[in-house]
Amino acid sequence: MNYTLREMMTIMAAREISDGDIVFCGTGISLVAAMAAKYITAPNSIIFFETGAIDSQLEEIPMSVADPRVMYSAASNGGLLEAFATMQNRITGDRVIGILGAAQIDKYGNLNSTAIGDYFRPVTRFSGSGGACDVASFVPRCLIFMQHEKRKFPKKVDYLTSPGYLDGPGAREKAGLMPGGPTAVITNLGLMRFDQETKEMYLAHYYPGTTPQKILDNMEFEVDISRATEARPPTLNELNILREKVDPQKLIL
Amino acid sequence: MSADQGKVMALDEAIRSYVKDGCHISIGGFTLSRNPMAAVYEIIRQKIRGLHCYAHSNGTGVDELVGGGCIAKLEIAYGGNAKSAPTCIRFKTAIQRGEIQFEDYTNYQMALRFHAGAMGVPFITTRSSFGTDIVNKWGFSKEMREKDPKIPDNKLVVLDNPFGNWGNASKVILIPAINPDVTIIHVQKADKFGTCRMMGLAYADVDQAKAARNVIVTCEELVGSEELRAEPEFNQIPFIHVSAVVPIPFGAYPTACYRYYDYDPQYLSQHSAFAKVDKLYREYLDKFIFGVKDHQGLLNLVGKVQLEKIKADPRTGYATGLDRK
Repeated sequence: MNYTLREMMTIMAAREISDGDIVFCGTGISLVAAMAAKYITAPNSIIFFETGAIDSQLEEIPMSVADPRVMYSAASNGGLLEAFATMQNRITGDRVIGILGAAQIDKYGNLNSTAIGDYFRPVTRFSGSGGACDVASFVPRCLIFMQHEKRKFPKKVDYLTSPGYLDGPGAREKAGLMPGGPTAVITNLGLMRFDQETKEMYLAHYYPGTTPQKILDNMEFEVDISRATEARPPTLNELNILREKVDPQKLIL
Repeated sequence: MSADQGKVMALDEAIRSYVKDGCHISIGGFTLSRNPMAAVYEIIRQKIRGLHCYAHSNGTGVDELVGGGCIAKLEIAYGGNAKSAPTCIRFKTAIQRGEIQFEDYTNYQMALRFHAGAMGVPFITTRSSFGTDIVNKWGFSKEMREKDPKIPDNKLVVLDNPFGNWGNASKVILIPAINPDVTIIHVQKADKFGTCRMMGLAYADVDQAKAARNVIVTCEELVGSEELRAEPEFNQIPFIHVSAVVPIPFGAYPTACYRYYDYDPQYLSQHSAFAKVDKLYREYLDKFIFGVKDHQGLLNLVGKVQLEKIKADPRTGYATGLDRK
């Protein structure tokens, strides 16, 4: 069966979402994954956006979290304060799973989406945190989309925008953060998780057609590959959902 | 200003009256929705310089103000604008070349800072960003802060919870309030005194307005007070906060205004192509901003056919089926 790597990444993420989860998403592939999950594993999951729209009826794919498409038939259209309070507040916050992306990630899942090089005169400036740091600070579970390239998996991020496990076990709590942290890193080559004890990233699954060694070759730091198994490719049903129901206009995939 | 016309003004007059060189400003909207673009373009046209701008994710408007050379200092959470510019191009260029001073925050923090300003408290707390460079790296130095009475002496402060472990929090982060000299927002409906009715998401517009010394409201429709007062529970900003009201149809264009029109994907993607090359961007400013008298002039260049394409479908509030590739 033919499928693209972006389709594979989307399905890997969708499978991480459980029924009843409140899913914080941005746009692009993270939104497609959240929309797909509603058809696959999590019909009762709820998509919400940092702009304040909750449970939007997404007849078309929004290109921004402020797109009028997120406002249509939502349960409520609030604002930024309400959206972030939903995650900071433990009553609802503990039900939230976040989906983020970044320019760099280190072995503890700390993210950089601000700048490469010097902060004041960067080689490349990116958009900055937006709500990413808030989400990573507040929610108990987070999925992170990355492209697997050496420079994107450095030993140390150039700027720590969003907290993962900081510098290891207990560091979040010591710094003042809520428990939680990243759950999975989904790339174009595989899926990584974080060890319960060491909080370090390890390879959990590699995609059909690649190898654990090839994944290591695309990272600056080493990860444990002893637990890695081959990932299950998308099923025909999953692909049909992506292509016919979620993104028929092919805006993202 | 006579009692009859309330606070209604022409846009050029409102900008001239309230947006001065070096003043502290914020604009409403978020990425590609409900930015007060007519006002942004008028600021560029009037060549206002040295602005200190506060932004959460005010993508299109802030990027044009940076590109137009109006901003000297920027406190910002997100300089991105969806597909056409994942990182806003003139923002990115200005930072990489060291042309503006800037400092990074998070979206929640910026929203809370406006909220604190609206409440009249010096700071507010959150549990976001412990252990990150948002706390550790300051864009504005201690010396600069101490010299400038309009900038707080610290960026963010970590404090042990003075209530013990109340709320299950060992520490909090203190975030300083923002009180801009002027905030400009674009809304769907307003009356001549400035009472506002927004539709769809309000983002942080209400606090941005209430925190500001002066507020310019641009609106799609100027309506009678009796229409807004028939259902006051749907009004977000009462007139007491507002200094000037400017009726200006398509005043958010090329960003979206829910239930009126969509964003214009064609304008935004062309804009990105121009923004990538200094010479092209200058030509763009010369043609679309300096080459026209006012916002209607820009809309005339865009043309009726294109504006018709982005007109909102009354059922969904956006242009259903619009080609956005």
